[in-house]
Amino acid sequence: MTILLLLLAAVAAWGVWIYNRLIALRNQVQNAWKQIDVQLKRRHDLIPNLVAAVKGAMEFERDTLERVMTARNRAVAAPSVSESIAAEGELTRALRQLFAVVENYPVLRANENVLKLQEELTTTENQLGFARQFYNDVAMRFNTQQEVFPASLIANNFGFERAEFFSAGEEDRAVPQVDLSLRPSR
Amino acid sequence: MNFYEHQRRNRRSTALLIGAFILLFAAIGAALDVTVTGFGVGGATLPYLTIGALLLSIGITVLGHYRGADWVMASLLAEPLRADQPEHRELENIASEMAIASGLPRPRLFVIPDPSPNALATGRDPAHAAIGVTAGALARLDREETQGVVAHEMAHIANRDTLVMTTVAVLFGGIVMLADWARRSLAVTGRRRGGAQALVAAGALLLVLISPVLSRLLAMAVSRRREYQADATAVELTRNPAGLARALETIGASTFPLRAATRGTAHLFIVSPLRRRANEREDGWSALFATHPPLAQRIALLRGMSPG
Repeated sequence: MTILLLLLAAVAAWGVWIYNRLIALRNQVQNAWKQIDVQLKRRHDLIPNLVAAVKGAMEFERDTLERVMTARNRAVAAPSVSESIAAEGELTRALRQLFAVVENYPVLRANENVLKLQEELTTTENQLGFARQFYNDVAMRFNTQQEVFPASLIANNFGFERAEFFSAGEEDRAVPQVDLSLRPSR
Repeated sequence: MNFYEHQRRNRRSTALLIGAFILLFAAIGAALDVTVTGFGVGGATLPYLTIGALLLSIGITVLGHYRGADWVMASLLAEPLRADQPEHRELENIASEMAIASGLPRPRLFVIPDPSPNALATGRDPAHAAIGVTAGALARLDREETQGVVAHEMAHIANRDTLVMTTVAVLFGGIVMLADWARRSLAVTGRRRGGAQALVAAGALLLVLISPVLSRLLAMAVSRRREYQADATAVELTRNPAGLARALETIGASTFPLRAATRGTAHLFIVSPLRRRANEREDGWSALFATHPPLAQRIALLRGMSPG
């Protein structure tokens, strides 16, 4: 009888432990997702400043600037996650184009304010990439924990749901980081 | 790689190191008690020096545990970042990137005013870690290379290598201090006594003389394998082995020695700041006395990794 009670207590303790682990992992996943949002917000805030800083010198590049601003506004206003992902991808491409064009303007390359904004945008792009990478790692751990037996018994009974993976666009997949800085590379 | 296992091993090594350190202090104290104050041979009634050495070693250990990172940075004359320097801002941003990639808090950042390119990490846990980068490294490394270096240091922090390494740095400093002091007091009082006491004095002297070598060997033992592992973890974080490989080449090609680095802190750096030939080979005596694995070997391993 005592043995049976002890056994039950042990099983209950194990269940609580697994449940708490799952909760901790779920919070990590949510936290990692928020990190991505923080970086996207930062990027949206930085872009108008950059456009304002380069506008004067880039009279002949109205199309490029226009494309960046349009992409940025569409990303800010995106109503759903999937549309947001598409808009952010377009924004990344538009930004890359802008930075490629800036290379041709010696005035801008010597401008301290432009350089500062470029560094900030570079790091935001990188942090975005790393935040997605980290999110996927945590989501994978969370999902694995839900799927392995016997932890899966707890996960299924308490209604845990699998986290979705962040799939980058094809052009983002190869290298998660960009170096937009204008310093001569060696 | 199993982070958890790695961290546990580092915590165990730290506990062992601290235990050995306190024992060594107590042994030196006891030897001095017999020779200097004459405890147990008709002199002092209490082993004052043993008690003193024990208290001192525990004090160093406890204080070092909490203040070690600051001691290391202070000994290297490191300064906090300045907001008006674009290169400092870039370092801050890169550290934020690596903090996100590793899921750890961003460590405190310092710049060591020295033209020799190098970097180190220290601190008892990720929440109290600090990364120091020399001004020379900021000036000579481009963004990707600096990122590789910071990733390597973040890897040391994540693996808790910094816990062991900082402990070694703090305790090594303590041993050198005590050895110097004991050597002087032995030279003064050792002559007046004879027979068995002279024998104990000789033993104490030997202990005093080998203790720096012992701690050197400890520092080397904990450093070398960890460097390969930190390189590998750094690539896991950045997915860019070329950046770190180029950084190591630049740091290795530098001929400036890092002035503020000493034998007590050399093992903390990404590349040994003391230009010693022992660090360039991986066999026999060299392997025993080097603080770091050969740079060429590390670069070759990084070059062998394909991106992604």
